[in-house]
Amino acid sequence: MPGITREEVAHLARLSRLELGAEELDHLATQLDDIIGAVARVGEVAADDIPPTSHPLPLTNVMRPDEIRPGLTPEQALSGAPAAEDQRFRVPRILGEEQ
Amino acid sequence: MADLTRLTAAETAARIAAGEVSAVEVAQAHLDRITEVDAKVHAFLHVDTEGALNAAKAVDERRAKGDALGPLAGVPLALKDVFVTQGVPTTCGSKILEGWIPPYDATVTRRLKEAGVVILGKTNMDEFAMGSSTENSAYGPTGNPWDLTRIPGGSGGGSAAALAAFEAPLAIGTDTGGSIRQPGAVTGTVGVKPTYGSVSRYGLVAFSSSLDQGGPCARTVLDAALLHAAIAGHDPLDSTSIDAPVPDVVGAARNGDVRGMRIGVVKEFGGDGYQAGVLERFNESVELLRELGAEVVEISCPHFDYAMPAYYLIAPSEASSNLARFDAMRYGLRVGDNGDRSAEEVMSLTREAGFGPEVKRRIMLGTYALSSGYYDAYYGQAQKVRTLIARDFDAAFAQVDVLISPTTPTTAFPIGERADDPMAMYLADLCTIPSNLAGNAAMSLPCGLAPEDGLPVGLQIIAPTMADDRLYKVGAAVEAAFLDRWGAPLLDQAPAL
Repeated sequence: MPGITREEVAHLARLSRLELGAEELDHLATQLDDIIGAVARVGEVAADDIPPTSHPLPLTNVMRPDEIRPGLTPEQALSGAPAAEDQRFRVPRILGEEQ
Repeated sequence: MADLTRLTAAETAARIAAGEVSAVEVAQAHLDRITEVDAKVHAFLHVDTEGALNAAKAVDERRAKGDALGPLAGVPLALKDVFVTQGVPTTCGSKILEGWIPPYDATVTRRLKEAGVVILGKTNMDEFAMGSSTENSAYGPTGNPWDLTRIPGGSGGGSAAALAAFEAPLAIGTDTGGSIRQPGAVTGTVGVKPTYGSVSRYGLVAFSSSLDQGGPCARTVLDAALLHAAIAGHDPLDSTSIDAPVPDVVGAARNGDVRGMRIGVVKEFGGDGYQAGVLERFNESVELLRELGAEVVEISCPHFDYAMPAYYLIAPSEASSNLARFDAMRYGLRVGDNGDRSAEEVMSLTREAGFGPEVKRRIMLGTYALSSGYYDAYYGQAQKVRTLIARDFDAAFAQVDVLISPTTPTTAFPIGERADDPMAMYLADLCTIPSNLAGNAAMSLPCGLAPEDGLPVGLQIIAPTMADDRLYKVGAAVEAAFLDRWGAPLLDQAPAL
């Protein structure tokens, strides 16, 4: 398995929504390369005929009756918001200039 | 009167029920102890003096009215800062949640309150429970009460340190890869990771949803069992909660006995990389179990060697998805919103400023492991290893009732020693991770001090899924035998703070 490049790490940072500084990027690139090299060992034992396990419990689609129950009030739901207006979360612009 | 902070939870509850002491006096004694020592230990991120005294007063009032009190009514507890608490700050050890006051209680929080448990405050932890030393907290490290220059384990170092410093007789932790058991081991306290799905995750801020499990921390096996019974059980608000009766852990803790039991020593956990004193104490525990009437055999779990690499793919993958919720929009920190920047730019600036290095490392690693082109080689393979580890456990438990191993390969290491060496840090969870991947139950309890450094060593007991009572049956027998041998609890040997 080839090592991870600085460009790949910068791409991962963009996907992860982390505005990493240049120095941080260098440091992380080295560390991620070490960690990925170590964890790649999972490829040594897991053969094609082994089913994957995503979860320790064999549970699927746990349903509950569709009943109305009390929830948070708008004031409670907005109580931690960085900015709120008219019972809504106020957010920075989400559309670009061209949209 | 004897020092109220030295009592066990069971003794404390009995004295309160008998009217020998009030819950308010007990709470005040612990709040005073926190005031006295926590500047040195830093186990707590937030102390809720008013809430604790009000909860204690309510217990005293109920008793005065003649109401029957539960087995932990009036007992103080330190709650890991990863469970949400209505009206009380919850930070997960992160700057991104600094000052956040949750509008609701976690199920664990609610059950503690219903049991009359007095929540003293919220304990320090590695940011979002990622770490093995509590050094990754954005609010500074916690000291190990045995030696304040050393780590108290992690991620639940604050909870374990609070117990060892006699700031609380009970604490709650969460265990994703060992975050209850490893802090227990290095502080000379008891920590249990219950079977996955037996303690509700509702209101537990998610790190790795298929691995995270809340559980009890205490100074004795019986106290851990009483707390286990108080918080475990089905919760409709958690879709991964097991809808089945909780094993009788309290009964098991009251009847410690290993006679006729078959106990397996995990062959893969020992040898190179393990501190000599840790192995010495572990081997002594093996001999003790034989003397107590157990049949001890060696069991090989060949895929356990691959547990750590699988864990460091699965946990970061789930974390990279779970931590996407910290988007600067609905709660928590928002940085760089100057009216000009887009939501995406504000999000990236906020996450850069709000997350610490280990959290960023894991988000990046998870994003890598899940990205197209790498998914099959990393995340997919790790999921297959998870199957192989579960099969190793199945084969082992067909031969023995429980497995045992050291909890962690070394005693508490100095603060700073592994802080910027993630691979060295990850080794602390070598022996604890398999049970998170397979979901079964496991406990750590003290088995003595390592001769070379005088620091506590933990014995890990591992039981099958939903056989949590076996941990307590074995743990109580080991604890009683060691108490007999030592003449006093191990923590009596810890230096005065």
